[in-house]
Amino acid sequence: MQLIACPWCGEREENEFHYGGQAHVAYPQDPYALDDEQWAEYVFFRDNTKGPFAERWVHAAGCRRWFNALRDTVTHEFLAVYDVRAKHPPTTSAAPAAPRRKDQEASR
Amino acid sequence: MTLPRDNAPARPSPATTLNRAPHPDAGPGDALPDHPDFLWRNPEPKRSYDVVIVGGGGHGLATAYYLAKNHGITNVAVLEKGWLAGGNMARNTTIIRSNYLWDESSGIYEHSLKLWETLEEDLDYPILFSQRGVLNLAHSLQDIRDSKRRVHANQLNGIDAEWLEPDEVAKVCPIVNVSPDVRYPVLGATYQPRAGIAKHDYVAWGFARRADVYGIDLIQDCEVTGLDIQGGRIRGVRTTRGPIAAGKVALAGAGHSSVLASMAGLRLPLQSHPLQALVSELLEPVHPTVVMSNAVHVYVSQAHKGELVMGAGIDSYNGYGQRGAFHILERQMAAALELFPVFARAHMLRTWAGIVDVTPDASPIVGLTPVEDLYLNCGWGTGGFKATPGVGWCYAHTIATGQPHPYNAPFTLDRFTTGALVDEHGAAAVAH
Repeated sequence: MQLIACPWCGEREENEFHYGGQAHVAYPQDPYALDDEQWAEYVFFRDNTKGPFAERWVHAAGCRRWFNALRDTVTHEFLAVYDVRAKHPPTTSAAPAAPRRKDQEASR
Repeated sequence: MTLPRDNAPARPSPATTLNRAPHPDAGPGDALPDHPDFLWRNPEPKRSYDVVIVGGGGHGLATAYYLAKNHGITNVAVLEKGWLAGGNMARNTTIIRSNYLWDESSGIYEHSLKLWETLEEDLDYPILFSQRGVLNLAHSLQDIRDSKRRVHANQLNGIDAEWLEPDEVAKVCPIVNVSPDVRYPVLGATYQPRAGIAKHDYVAWGFARRADVYGIDLIQDCEVTGLDIQGGRIRGVRTTRGPIAAGKVALAGAGHSSVLASMAGLRLPLQSHPLQALVSELLEPVHPTVVMSNAVHVYVSQAHKGELVMGAGIDSYNGYGQRGAFHILERQMAAALELFPVFARAHMLRTWAGIVDVTPDASPIVGLTPVEDLYLNCGWGTGGFKATPGVGWCYAHTIATGQPHPYNAPFTLDRFTTGALVDEHGAAAVAH
C-alpha cells in the first residue's frame, strides 16, 4: 500500500487518509455578490489536472488533521506535503520533498 | 429473452491455415497460422475531413457508424491516441441496463438498450449480447424504499422492472446468500430482466468494421495535441501525425476529456478517477445473471468464457495513471464473498483500472459547446459502456444537425449553471 507522509505523524498507510479534492478553493468573500455562473464555478467546477496537483487530505484514522499535498495525478507520487495555510508550492521537481519518518525522528 | 450466443467472430478456417506442411528450411514461426483477416484498414490520415472524432473507443466508433448510417456523413476520421478501443472500452465490466430513476436518464439508456437488442443483426457481427437480467440488491429499509420508488419510476417510463423479495432473489440467482445471518442481509432486489452483458471487444470491433466499410478512416496511434480555433469556430486539430483540418470536431475522450477541452479553453465540471475491476480464473457457469449491490459496493457477473467479472466504486483521489490502490480491491472482494460465499476458493486472475470522468450529478454531458462546430461527449463516469449505441446515435444526430437529439438535450454543459441537474448519484442503482 502506498505510504502518505502526514506532516504530523510521518508515513502512514494510504487507507488511514481521506481525500478532500482540490486545495486553495476559498469560500466566496461576498456570497451575495455572486451570479449563477460564479456560484457554478465555486460549487461544481474544479481543476482536473493531469500532473502535479495541489489537493487536500485528512489523516482520518490518525491525528485527524487536514493538510495539503502536491501530488502527481499520473504517477500518484506525493511531491510535497504542506500546511493548509501555506501557499501553493512550485509545481516543478524542485518542490520540497515530503518528510520521511527518518526526517521526522531526526528533527525531534 | 435472447439466449446467449457463443459463436465467436469469423476467423479463417483452421483447415486452410493450420495444415500447411512446414517447409524443410522453415524458420521459427513459419508453421503458425496466418494473421486473421483485418477488420478495418489502417489508413494514413488525410489532410481534411468533414468530421473528426477524437477518441477511438466505443462512443467514438459508434458515433462514426451512426454518422454514416443515419446521416450519410462518411468523410469522417476517428483519431485514437493508442489502439482502437484500448481505453475504457477494454476495461469496463460490460453491464448493460436502463433502470435509472429520472426520466432524462431513462430516455437515453432505454434508447440504448433497445439498440443493443438488435445490434448484432445491425452490425452483422457477433457481440455476445446476453439479456441475463440484473439484480440491484437492497440491504436496508431505506434501500427498499429507494428501490421500490425506482421500480415504479421505471414502470411509468415503460422499462421492465420489478421488486423481488429475498426468496425470489434466490430463485433468479441461487448462489446469492440471502441468509439473514450476515452483516448486510439481502432484503430484496430490483430486477430488470432485459438487462445483461455483451463482449466489449466484439462490440468495438463490430462498430469499427462497419464504420470502415462506409469509408470512415480509423486512425490509431494518432494523439490530438491541439485544437485550431479561429473566430470562435473550430477549424481542425493538431496531432502527432500532423495537422488535420475539420468542418466539425467531436470530442469523445472519456477520462481525458478535461485535457482535450482545455485545448479549446473550455473548463469542464469533471474529475478523473481510477476505476478498478478484476476477473477470476475460468469457472464452470455458476452465476446466471448480473448482481449489483450499492451498499456493500460490488457488482458481479460471469463472462461467457467463464471468468467472474467484478467491479466496485472509484478510487477516491483524482488519477490519470490507469491504476488504483489494492485496498480498494480488497474491500470489494470482502463484499463479494459476503454475498457469494461460493466464491471463497476462486482465484483472482487479473486486475486493472481505467480512468473515468465523473460529473457532479453523475450524469453525462453530451452536446454543443461555446465553440462553434465543436461538440462534447463526456462525463459518463462509471457507466458509459451500456450507453455505447444510444449515445453514438444521439451524438451523431447532434453533430450532423447542429442540434441535440431529444434524448441528449437534457445533458447540457450549462445545466451546472442553470441548476437543471439530473442527479443520478445513488438513484442510479449503483455506487459511484
